[in-house]
Amino acid sequence: MLVPTRWLRTYCDPPLETVALAARLTLTGTKDERTYHHGAKTPDHFVVGVVRDVQPHPNADRLRVCIVDVGETDPVTIVCGAPNVAAGQSVAVALPGAELADGRTLTVAKLRGVESNGMILSEQELALGADHSGILVLSDAPAPGTPLDQLIPLGSDVIEFEITPNRPDCLCIYGIAREVHASTNAPLATPPWAQDPGSFDGDAGAVKISVDCPDLCPRFTARVFEDVTIGPSPLWLKARLVAAGMRPISNVVDITNYVMLVTGQPLHAFDLDQIAGGELTVRRGRPGETIETLDGHTHNAGEDLLVICDADGPTSIAGIMGGARSEVSAQTTRVLLEAATWNGANIQRTALRLGLRSEASARFEKGLSPGQTLEALAVATSLLLEHAGARVLPGTIDVGGPGPEPAPITLRSAQISRLLGTEIPEVRCVEILTSLGFAVDGDADVLSVTPPHFRRGDVTREVDLIEEVARMDGLDRLPATLPPRNGAAGRLTPPQQLRRRAEDALAARGLSEIVGWSFTDPALPDRLRYEADSPLRNVVTIENPLSQSLSILRPTLLGSLLDAARANFAHGARGVRLFESGTVYRAADILADEHHGLGALLSGPGGESWRGDPAASDFYAAKALLEAVVGVAGVELSLVGENLPWFHPGRAAIVMANNTRIGLIGEVHPQVTAAWDLELTSAWTINLDILAGLAPEVIHFTAFSGLPPLREDLAIVVPASVTAAEVIETIRRAAGPSLESIELFDVYIGDQIGEGNVSLALHLEYRTADRTLTTQELDAPKAAIHQALAQIGATLRA
Amino acid sequence: MSTLDRIAALESEATAAIAASASVDALAQTRLRYLGRKSELPLLLRAISQLPPEERAAVGAAANRTRQTLEALVSAREGDLASGAISAAEALDVTLPGSPPLPNGHLHLITQTRREIEDVFLGLGFQIAEGPEVELVEYNFDALNTDATHPSRARSDTFYIDDETVLRVHTSPVQVRAMIAQPPPLYVIAPGRVFRPDNDATHAPQFHQIEGLAVDEGVTLADLKGTLLAFARQIFGDQREVLLRPHFFPFTEPSVEVDVSCFNCQAGYLRDGSRCPLCKGSGWLEVLGAGMVDPNVFAYVAEHGYDPERVTGFAFGMGIERIAMLRHGVPDLRLYFDNDLRFLGQFGAR
Repeated sequence: MLVPTRWLRTYCDPPLETVALAARLTLTGTKDERTYHHGAKTPDHFVVGVVRDVQPHPNADRLRVCIVDVGETDPVTIVCGAPNVAAGQSVAVALPGAELADGRTLTVAKLRGVESNGMILSEQELALGADHSGILVLSDAPAPGTPLDQLIPLGSDVIEFEITPNRPDCLCIYGIAREVHASTNAPLATPPWAQDPGSFDGDAGAVKISVDCPDLCPRFTARVFEDVTIGPSPLWLKARLVAAGMRPISNVVDITNYVMLVTGQPLHAFDLDQIAGGELTVRRGRPGETIETLDGHTHNAGEDLLVICDADGPTSIAGIMGGARSEVSAQTTRVLLEAATWNGANIQRTALRLGLRSEASARFEKGLSPGQTLEALAVATSLLLEHAGARVLPGTIDVGGPGPEPAPITLRSAQISRLLGTEIPEVRCVEILTSLGFAVDGDADVLSVTPPHFRRGDVTREVDLIEEVARMDGLDRLPATLPPRNGAAGRLTPPQQLRRRAEDALAARGLSEIVGWSFTDPALPDRLRYEADSPLRNVVTIENPLSQSLSILRPTLLGSLLDAARANFAHGARGVRLFESGTVYRAADILADEHHGLGALLSGPGGESWRGDPAASDFYAAKALLEAVVGVAGVELSLVGENLPWFHPGRAAIVMANNTRIGLIGEVHPQVTAAWDLELTSAWTINLDILAGLAPEVIHFTAFSGLPPLREDLAIVVPASVTAAEVIETIRRAAGPSLESIELFDVYIGDQIGEGNVSLALHLEYRTADRTLTTQELDAPKAAIHQALAQIGATLRA
Repeated sequence: MSTLDRIAALESEATAAIAASASVDALAQTRLRYLGRKSELPLLLRAISQLPPEERAAVGAAANRTRQTLEALVSAREGDLASGAISAAEALDVTLPGSPPLPNGHLHLITQTRREIEDVFLGLGFQIAEGPEVELVEYNFDALNTDATHPSRARSDTFYIDDETVLRVHTSPVQVRAMIAQPPPLYVIAPGRVFRPDNDATHAPQFHQIEGLAVDEGVTLADLKGTLLAFARQIFGDQREVLLRPHFFPFTEPSVEVDVSCFNCQAGYLRDGSRCPLCKGSGWLEVLGAGMVDPNVFAYVAEHGYDPERVTGFAFGMGIERIAMLRHGVPDLRLYFDNDLRFLGQFGAR
């Protein structure tokens, strides 16, 4: 909302500079978005002049030399290029020293050899419009030398305010003036609608208005004007419109816009002679109907559109834009002036659907008060009578009426301090509410407060009144205290703690965390080679995605990790080690099946060093990271080999924690890495929610022995089909309780052990809690181990 | 010269000679000269019987002490010379990088910032609540006093899964879920990912918010101010102040926008007198929206013990990306989601 301060100050003029005024209003809820100056910087050196004589320029065909009386002893010579300049005209003159709106400062200058002591101004140069075809000729002008600013406001500071959607009453100059009044205590002028030359007795030219859908049009008021003369608006009115960001057109249209800017109520002027049948009906559009609006566009009406119709069909889109057919033109003499109240939500939907947002719809969509209609008609009637030569017919059409009076609201002073945490004296509350236009009644501790009609939509409860009191008393005066925090204990839940520990474990091992998109491409499941019946294809689809390639929610973190890896290689990275901690989604009957996933991806060489080969991004490198993460959860990790389409056959596994499936790990399938332009890449993804459920909340102490263990190394050869885990499990089961630990420390494949075999070397440690073991005591477990190993095809190496 | 004097002279001469021996071989020669079987000091000891009896004890003790002193000096010098030989032969280029390398990884800036904010509120006694990202229209809008015709519900402003289900546009529905799950007193923050259909330098279709909610007997707007002041000082510096400006949100009444005094300047201007580029000369940074929980929001969860005549509450919401942008000078929201290691690696592991 653009507010020229000169205009504002005609209603409320606090002793504050523009910047201070803007700052004060910001603190009371009307936020200053920006402040700037419109038009000439100062009114100095702009005067009324009278052209006494016009002579041709000796050296230029298109220039004239004018002798202009500017109220000084001697007239001045001004060179002028306008074709319409003539002796006897009263004109607007800028004298040397004048600062023009475009920033130039005028000086005495020679134009083609003739000295010019000023400039005769066009409408454009006065920021009154676009007309630059000739100079502005003033009618009924005062004496030469009169400061021009007395006729035309030459410049004004302008404050652009952000108006929150609950305050449509502030979408006008007088509404802002009310806020200024309440916020500064400066006196508020009587509203411009206090004098209404119109009347309520009479049939207003017997124009018939019917409203078929009062739910969408709570009030429709109108007046009829005759003997209207279409012409330019007075200069002061044009100047105010331009300063407020609107374009002057003609007196009748300008007056409707001006009244909207002052009162907040949009008006529409119909050429009454162009209304077929001389009567209007407000109804929903019908399929197949079309309407051409003022801007020349044709729209399909349809049932969700509210239209104003005459005998020939729709002639205006209610609350949004008038129709071309009944538009006011230069020939118009009879005007039907409409001021109506529309259902805000309906206006908003329609404006959005048609892509037609106007100054009028922007106000209507917030929901205006029916009381504003007659205020606007009063102001418009005065202006049309004065500036369009009009005669108003007796009577005011009013369909729907003002609606019920706002109900009084109880305000308990105890509630004010209970909500705000500070006491505001009752006398101050009364003062604030009264200054905002509320009627206040009642006695100590309980007030009865009735909102003015223009606040009936936004102030309906005690808490709304408390907000009014709080914002005007000053939130800067509130103390800063802390809440009571009864029973509060701020701590992370165990799953939240685990999430942090797992992320930290990966970051500490050199991985960088990415934050991927929740949105992904519906082609991702194919690119990851999911089987046709894979449950992972059960994705969540967005009805209105930003684009087709962002239309599903990711069913895995793997896509984000692969995308990030590819992007970084494209930027020149040699190896990437990434992880992500975030939500993954699968479709469900209600909402979505979401879990917090953790995924890691290694691609390219890792940890290059000057004295050794870089680590390969292979299965075991990924597994080591998985072990680290599962380790911080305090649960036991095991992998079960499984072929998965997006992983390399034979190099993938299901991740088990305490024998519960928590995720998948593998070297990424060469076809998948090729699709992402990657070399050897390994990855895993786990469900942190499940892992958190398995993690012990408290770890209990386990006694350990101070006695020395007996150590023994074991080297065996087994067929490659036997896994290390099977070997270890076999040994563990055979050895009995004295075997404390087994650690695999070497794997060998080669000629010495025969094809299809693998050699494993293990450290075994035996210990009992109560005594030192003797070598003889190991004979029995060793024999059992050897026998058990033989059963799985393992032989001891010499 | 008495024998005692001669011993003292020998000791000082030999001490100098030992110190001057520059190699293991030279030291051996020196040792031979002063301590060898045929050198002067042993000879003096052997000749002790020729001295008058009253001098023998003193000379013997002095000679022995000197011999022990010199032996110790020789062996110390030997150690010095030997270690000198090791270091010379086995010197390292100490400027080579450590190996094997143990590079630091990095938490994403959003995670770092989120955790810092979480820690502030954990310290103030708040717990961390979480909720689904695919959310019911009911919790995302209805329960939060958002009018059935409110424009934020339009498909231009909200991602829909179906007519009843959306991608949450704010973390506020977690408020509702937290209130349904637990009667007052309730002190929670809800960090999480939210979604809106915008995409440019200052709007991403996904971003992260932290919502806060305190409901208890006697919670006031002044308490909101104090809580956010504590937050502002811990995140932006001890000298910060907060400014509450009246505003409008459907789910709070009164509603405020909260500005934090700019940490980059003095009241809008830098030391050199130029206008602060961060706060654009205003001296204040717009950081979050807040207010007292609207009675209509309590009405929605009234059966769970939320009676606005008994309890009051405040709520606030802030954008994690915005706070990180302000603190770290990140110029473009898209950098957060490009996952370029040249961005990620700038913010160290924390």
